[in-house]
Amino acid sequence: MIEAQGLTKRYGGTLAVDDLSFTVEPGRITGFLGPNGAGKTTTMRLILGLDRPTRGTVTVNGRQLRDLAWPMREVGALLDAKAVHGGRSAYHHLLCLAQTNDLPRRRVEEVLDLVGLREVARKRCGEFSLGMGQRLGIAAALLGDPSILMFDEPVNGLDPEGILWIRNLMKALAAEGKTVFVSSHLMSEMENTADHLIVIGRGRLIAECSVEEFIAANSQQSVRVRTPQPDMLSAAAAGAGATVRHDRSGVLTVLGMTAAQVGDLAFEHGIRLHELAPAQASLEEAFMELTASSVEFHAGLPRGAGQHEPAGVVGGMAPGAARTGEVA
Amino acid sequence: MAAATAHSALVGGEVSHDVPGRAGFRGTLRSEFTKIRSVRSTYWTLLALVVVCVGIGGLFAWGQAQRLASLRSGTTFGGRVLPHAQAVALLAQRIAYVRSAAVSISLFGLLIGQLVIVVLGALVITSEYSTGMIRTSLTTMPRRATLLAAKGTVFAAVALVTGLVTSFLAFFVGQAILATQHVSATLGTPGALRQVIGGGLFLAVCGMLSFGLGAMLRHTAGAIAAGIGLLFVLLILSNFLPSPPSGWFGQADIDKWIPFYAGAHIWQDQMTGVNPFSPWVGFGVFCAYAAAAIGGGLFLFLRRDA
Ligand SMILES: Nc1ncnc2c1ncn2[C@@H]1O[C@H](COP(=O)(O)OP(=O)(O)OP(=O)(O)O)[C@@H](O)[C@H]1O
Ligand SMILES: [Mg+2]
Repeated sequence: MIEAQGLTKRYGGTLAVDDLSFTVEPGRITGFLGPNGAGKTTTMRLILGLDRPTRGTVTVNGRQLRDLAWPMREVGALLDAKAVHGGRSAYHHLLCLAQTNDLPRRRVEEVLDLVGLREVARKRCGEFSLGMGQRLGIAAALLGDPSILMFDEPVNGLDPEGILWIRNLMKALAAEGKTVFVSSHLMSEMENTADHLIVIGRGRLIAECSVEEFIAANSQQSVRVRTPQPDMLSAAAAGAGATVRHDRSGVLTVLGMTAAQVGDLAFEHGIRLHELAPAQASLEEAFMELTASSVEFHAGLPRGAGQHEPAGVVGGMAPGAARTGEVA
Repeated sequence: MAAATAHSALVGGEVSHDVPGRAGFRGTLRSEFTKIRSVRSTYWTLLALVVVCVGIGGLFAWGQAQRLASLRSGTTFGGRVLPHAQAVALLAQRIAYVRSAAVSISLFGLLIGQLVIVVLGALVITSEYSTGMIRTSLTTMPRRATLLAAKGTVFAAVALVTGLVTSFLAFFVGQAILATQHVSATLGTPGALRQVIGGGLFLAVCGMLSFGLGAMLRHTAGAIAAGIGLLFVLLILSNFLPSPPSGWFGQADIDKWIPFYAGAHIWQDQMTGVNPFSPWVGFGVFCAYAAAAIGGGLFLFLRRDA
């Protein structure tokens, strides 16, 4: 269990993490989503005590990492697979880590087997490929068989086989009741992996909900309609409780009704339709809009092409305010 | 307390999760020893230390022995024939000098060797930063004072053992060469043992000074430059700076505070132009410099983001 309370980190003029509060529960994979520079790595560094928070606290199993009796037996982390001394062999790298927590030597052999690095254990890890380095980092995280595991963008640069391996490993770990906290800047990666999501943008919490809730809230049905009588249709749809957005090209987007309902409504009001098509916002799109709006919210950046209306897609989710209850 | 073990089907094996005690200094000490012995740079720098100290000391001793040999045959080192009376007088003078400085001559290589141990002292800590390993280390041992103490202790032990071996080796090689002219010292010669042991201590403390600088600066090149600056450049500068106005304190009184002069008197008896501290007091001053660097390093290590 990881608990953050009002976690804030400022680097000079940059507010990397801004008043974050969240809980990462055991027994499931919690995806930590946010675009580049959102503050994911910084948050993980704060959890590990590598950086000191400007304000707020974060605990693992109720304590700060440095107060845990056996840190490796409770928390394992892979932040940066390249954070190893390239001149040291994989075996000695793992051994020197294991020794700090009085873990037995055979444990090193076990994790080497587990990640499939036994054959190259005596090679200098500076010569490892990206995938091998990633496996070594995961071996280090698993050494103490910890109950909490954190991975920062673990699949970055991996081939499909490696991605699948990591994904299955994380699922198996969560199934064993462990807390798995994994960051990514791609929603598509998390769709198939995570059970729960924490979404941040510009250092602030945007959403904390289950993946199902996220899908339900963000894949809201919309219907594209083209009609020569847009005002009549708008009025009728509004009367039926739906939301209608006008596009510059004269296309209407009706939210909150199925295509059949829109067709029936038009028929009842004698409105001619030229086009009627159901549409579903993809999760990736929803995620981008969610986080783009947070960028805009904080930095006042101009909105892209203007065709995305986050309020419509995510159901009026205010940046930093939406918690599970409000999303659903 | 019974140690409960949780068996993880996936992760394999059994790791005890209810072990009494806590991760501390002893395990971290083992870990740091594994670290230092598992990278090649350690062996290269230690080998360089021995070769430089023994080699330069031996060369210097050989030069002195050759000078004496020339005088004995009535010529200068360059081969110029001297009048007999002058040769005899010069020989006596040289013999007296070399006899009194026999230990210092054989340890002369430490002047350069100190720079080699500075490299290793800095690397022990700065390589963790340049590779990013420090983040992994701090994740497994987040108690920073424990980590730095273990790292410092392991390096100090390695530096001391290597320093002593180097110093004794340089002494014996140097004396064997001087013995060809019957001007060598033994460990029983007054002050000799103090000088030889002192040479090892001096090297170890040079390394620790650099270790402290490394912890403060976190960059290999910066720490090595700072270490060489303090130990070597200050020493050279002191020989070029103008003396203070007479009637004040003498130049020699300032020079004795220069790290090298303070620390080296323990193994170097000839200190021309300097009014040094006594060997052990000077060494104490030198240790204080190193302690200040390590203290500064610890202070920053505890406070800074890693
Ligand atoms: N040590 C630092 N000094 C100054 N600024 C920093 C530091 N670390 C991070 N930042 C800034 O903090 C913000 C958050 O960075 P962070 O690395 O946490 O983002 P991220 O979500 O991990 O991004 P990515 O997906 O690119 O890995 C960025 O604007 C970054 O420039
Ligand atoms: Mg990152």
